Amino acid sequence: MPVSSAGRSLTRWFARASMAELVLLVALCGVLTYAWRGLGVLISGRVDARGEAFTWISCVAYAMIAGLVARMLTMPTGVLEDTSVLERAVASAIALGVYFRLTNRNLLAGVAAGGAALSLIRFAAG
Amino acid sequence: MSRQALRQGAREAAGAPAAVLAAGYLGFGALAAGHDVSLPLALAMTAAIWALPAQLILVEMHSLGAAFVAVVVTVVLSSARFFPMTLMLLPLMKAERHRGWHYYAAAQLLSLTGWTMAVARFPQLPQAVRLYWFYGFTFVCIGTSALATGAGYLVAEALTPLARTGLVFMAPMYYLLILSGAVRERIAALSLACGAVAGPLLHLVAPQWSVLLAGLVGGSLAYALVRARVHG
Repeated sequence: MPVSSAGRSLTRWFARASMAELVLLVALCGVLTYAWRGLGVLISGRVDARGEAFTWISCVAYAMIAGLVARMLTMPTGVLEDTSVLERAVASAIALGVYFRLTNRNLLAGVAAGGAALSLIRFAAG
Repeated sequence: MSRQALRQGAREAAGAPAAVLAAGYLGFGALAAGHDVSLPLALAMTAAIWALPAQLILVEMHSLGAAFVAVVVTVVLSSARFFPMTLMLLPLMKAERHRGWHYYAAAQLLSLTGWTMAVARFPQLPQAVRLYWFYGFTFVCIGTSALATGAGYLVAEALTPLARTGLVFMAPMYYLLILSGAVRERIAALSLACGAVAGPLLHLVAPQWSVLLAGLVGGSLAYALVRARVHG
């Protein structure tokens, strides 16, 4: 009885420590994410919107986002790790087809079709 | 005129952008519930970080017991895209009558959705009202996303793992469609292509740096290719 109660309080202690760490993580990540945004505001006054530096920076921004999305699709983390590249590729193709071909660029329809397709493919695969 | 722009932005967000963001954040709420994150904390993530990839990274790495520093570094690097995004968008919203703090407030409201839509819409809007349009658009986006986070959290038990997989997959699908549909200029298309190739390749070499490096390497390559064509 004392052992299990000690075990339980230890579990509770770990849960609370983990929760405190997560609170700290959220606060820190929020502040540091804002640091990027704020830095952009701070420096933007010194960048000419039609200048070459601006063109280069927009190239970097586009490439960053494309790189992130491509990585999420080819090497995902989390729940999507349980799906295969082929399954994700087929679902992506269905989303693109619905968006560009079936509907007149209806974002919601395309995105929903992609999500539903992946769920259905996984369901069919058992 | 400014109130009209605010309302116009809100109205444009209230359609597909808000609905699709809702789908993404429903998935995030469900994921947070599954990882025993408290509801207030899940909502705080949406409001304070306001970047879905960073939020997913944070929840998943923490639940896997990753080192504190590793989580922070990964989230910070995944959020680095906000720097060039803000840098690019702000000059397009500047007007003499706005006070300085407006730009810092707008920076917190910026997300990929708002940025992409603003880049597409700003050429048709007068410079003086663009900030108000942006406020209207992003308020609806962040409000809807917060509501969806809460809703997703609360219905998480009703979702099967299959449904959750589909919901989470809607996030990259959203980015895939909006980027491939919105870009018309060759230099932007080339940047997307270079980034899309560089991202996964660099992830194999340096996963924690891949997002930042893909932008710098892919973007610079696209820029150099277009410039070489123009001058050569």
